[in-house]
Amino acid sequence: MSEQATLTRKDFQSDQDVRWCPGCGDYAILKAVQSVFPELGIPREKFVIVSGIGCSSRFPYYMDTYGFHTIHGRAPAVATGLKVSRPDLEVWVVTGDGDALSIGGNHLIHTLRRNVGVKILLFNNRIYGLTKGQYSPTSEIGKKTGSTPLGSVDAPFNPLALALGAGASFVARSVDIYQKHLVETLRQAAAHKGSAFVEIYQNCNIFNDAAFAYMTGKAERADANLYLEHGKPLTFGADGDRGIRLSGVGLEVVRVGENGVTEDDLLVWDAHAPNAALASLLAHATPPAFPTPVGLFRAAAQPSFESQVVGQIESTIEKQGSGSLESLLRAGETWTVD
Amino acid sequence: MSTTASTQDSGGARTEVQREQLSDVVVRFAGDSGDGMQLTGSQFSNTSALFGNDLSTLPDFPAEIRAPAGTLPGVSAFQVRIADYDIHTPGDAPDVLIAMNPAALKTNLGELRKDGILIVNTNDFNKRNLIKAKYEANPLEDDSLEGYRVIEVELQRLTRQSLEELEIDNRSRDRCKNLFALGMVYWVFSRSLDPTIAWLEKKFAKKPVIAEANIKALKAGYNYCDITGVFQTRYEIQPAKLEPGTYRSINGNSAFSLGMVAASRRSGLPLFLGSYPITPASTILHELARYKQFGVTTFQAEDEIAAVCAAIGASYGGSLALTTTSGPGLALKSEAINLALITELPLVICNVQRGGPSTGLPTKTEQADLLQALYGRNGESSLPVIAPATPADCFDAALEACRMAIEHMVPVIFLSDGYLANGSEPWRVPEVEDLPDLRRAFAERPAEDDDSFMPYRRDEKTLARPWAVPGTPGLEHRIGGLEKEDVTGSVSYDPENHERMVHLRAEKVARIADSLPPLEVTGSPEGGPLLVIGWGSTLGAITGAVNLAHAEGLPVSRVHLRHINPLPNDLGEILARFDKVLLPEMNSGQLASVLRGRYLKDIVTLSKVQGRPFSRGEILAAIRQHLES
Repeated sequence: MSEQATLTRKDFQSDQDVRWCPGCGDYAILKAVQSVFPELGIPREKFVIVSGIGCSSRFPYYMDTYGFHTIHGRAPAVATGLKVSRPDLEVWVVTGDGDALSIGGNHLIHTLRRNVGVKILLFNNRIYGLTKGQYSPTSEIGKKTGSTPLGSVDAPFNPLALALGAGASFVARSVDIYQKHLVETLRQAAAHKGSAFVEIYQNCNIFNDAAFAYMTGKAERADANLYLEHGKPLTFGADGDRGIRLSGVGLEVVRVGENGVTEDDLLVWDAHAPNAALASLLAHATPPAFPTPVGLFRAAAQPSFESQVVGQIESTIEKQGSGSLESLLRAGETWTVD
Repeated sequence: MSTTASTQDSGGARTEVQREQLSDVVVRFAGDSGDGMQLTGSQFSNTSALFGNDLSTLPDFPAEIRAPAGTLPGVSAFQVRIADYDIHTPGDAPDVLIAMNPAALKTNLGELRKDGILIVNTNDFNKRNLIKAKYEANPLEDDSLEGYRVIEVELQRLTRQSLEELEIDNRSRDRCKNLFALGMVYWVFSRSLDPTIAWLEKKFAKKPVIAEANIKALKAGYNYCDITGVFQTRYEIQPAKLEPGTYRSINGNSAFSLGMVAASRRSGLPLFLGSYPITPASTILHELARYKQFGVTTFQAEDEIAAVCAAIGASYGGSLALTTTSGPGLALKSEAINLALITELPLVICNVQRGGPSTGLPTKTEQADLLQALYGRNGESSLPVIAPATPADCFDAALEACRMAIEHMVPVIFLSDGYLANGSEPWRVPEVEDLPDLRRAFAERPAEDDDSFMPYRRDEKTLARPWAVPGTPGLEHRIGGLEKEDVTGSVSYDPENHERMVHLRAEKVARIADSLPPLEVTGSPEGGPLLVIGWGSTLGAITGAVNLAHAEGLPVSRVHLRHINPLPNDLGEILARFDKVLLPEMNSGQLASVLRGRYLKDIVTLSKVQGRPFSRGEILAAIRQHLES
């Protein structure tokens, strides 16, 4: 452990020049990951970053770990094969909204459904960057881009609702420029056994600049963000006097002290609830009616896919011993010719 | 059905029963897909294998699990040829046909040999079933069965009768009528009932009454022949003179599965299969899923792409990686296969070919994915393609595919087909110590001061790059689908580097040809008027046809290709020695076009794309024709 204890952020920086556009939100995310990895007490050679295609997917080249820049949308599938066959490795997937939710949507939901022990960082900039600015599956309706000159007509995905719907055991959201919050969120993801899905709002200053200004702007930030903290009531606002309470089968924004509302009426956040219904309600809490929730939506303890797959093999070998190839080849009915 | 000797004995007090020795016989069981014909045929095959016959089988079933009962598309058949000598095909025309219903009769009668034995279940020849089979008149009542030795049996009534005492309903009784028919066939071919009885007892161990019913029906069918004298002749086929050793009956998918487990043991690498269910490859997934004792991980993925990608992930992590599929699935996997190709990771892709294009004929055989295997990817992407020749050969070919993949760090396509996958033959079980040693070391931690790990520095002989698996300290590096710089493996857009890498990847595959044994030419290796060349599963039919041609004194030779890419080094010279080259393949001439382009030699295609394998007769006719013209 002494060797790992001395790891620093620098140990995770590769010799490659980082080639994202100046001002891209990806830099901040790279910095956060490079800050968290040395803290984890895991030898550097155990880390593998697997990515798909897109701006975000260049990530592995900038990390001095093992890295696999795969093909469009398929990173979760490659990572699944790697993690199942090598549970000793720490496998992180870096993907974007086009990569994970469009071409790779199928692999994303199935990886989460199985609870494969990989961390999935979805850089959501609500646009296609590397192919120069087409609308993405998270772009808002009416998005005018090169491929939608009159505005897009299809409804966007809500990535967190999708992940929760797929049965993800860990779901969180952070923002590229909320460095402290992002680092803390990544720490929580790293500690989770099973699939950890982290949506990171990421600004593309070239093709979709200020996409998240409605919540990240200095003036807006206090009222537009709802920081989720396990065991604490859901409050927000500059004065901390606004909050969220259950209302029927939905959520409602209230002000403490108004209309008889007290702090006891507010929803106390339980990120570890086995049932994902409330997390799903929060995932659907979207502006302008609600502040945008950030932080840990869900972290439920569930057995990981790889532990169960390996468990079946190990318990079979334990019960029956390691197979004999000689006997296997001669299994069933045989006859001898002299 | 060829007779070698004929003797006579008294069959007891009832009638004279002749005993006749046969050298080989072809039997086809045909019925509704719910009639258990595959099971019946397999049992007859296994019993014959245990007796010591050589055999070859051809299962033929519809894509629907249960097509409407009694209809023509719902007919399922199983043909088996058993012999007292070394045979190569399941036979051309059946000598014996068991038809369980009118639809089975209609779809199979045309191929029954003249004077062949036809056992018909008359109970199913009612008006409704005749209409379903599109018969205008009952063929049992007019002259349409003239020229065959027809044995009419009330299979349903007799089966019910034999099971009267058992407390089961008539539906369950009727489901035993295939065993009654099998009992009859066992009597005709003087076979022991014991292997099938043992099998039934094991299969229905938890349902003893069903086991009892099936065994009773089997015995009743056998005794029925004994008592009624419905057949005047019993036939005997002596054991074949096979090479000494321990044998078992095996089909291609099973042989391939065992070959992969053997490769895992011989390489010391855990086997990982990523697969998505698809006919006719799924049985490999089923079989390997049972081998947890051998440390095999099977992953049923969400789709074909995830299946191959997971295998690539496992290969990156140091497993022996496999993905299995059929034609449409191979199409979906192409992009990922190229990822394995450019990242130079070992991977075996097993394509059990079926009739195409698109969904095509899922349960029928074809060799029409050859060009897809060779060229169906973007960019210059040559990879090894190996085609097994017989069901048992799938074992050896699997080991060879793994050898190429591991030794050369390359994805290898294993091109099987539906005929090999489902067909079975006796297999002489090899000794484990005789199997090839496939061990190859992973790249190791460099010396303390050595900072120069180069993920694309190649072995001088094989051109393989090192296999550096995550978890190895000091070898942290990045790979991916972008073009690599020679030696360093860094991303490179340099034009000269790209061309060099394209050549290096192709050369790495081409060099595999240096490790291939010389081709064997049967007939006149020095040359002659006609060479028949084949690849993959046509070996049996071509061998059979050429043997028949040699018996006629025809000057024909043959050679068989197992390696489609790279082609063997001596193939060009061999082709040049013959005036004419005939290439039978179950496609429209795909390999022929490859060979013409490569060797500038004209190749005559004998094409068959009917979802069924060649018969010897078809190839023999073509041999005669091309020697005459």
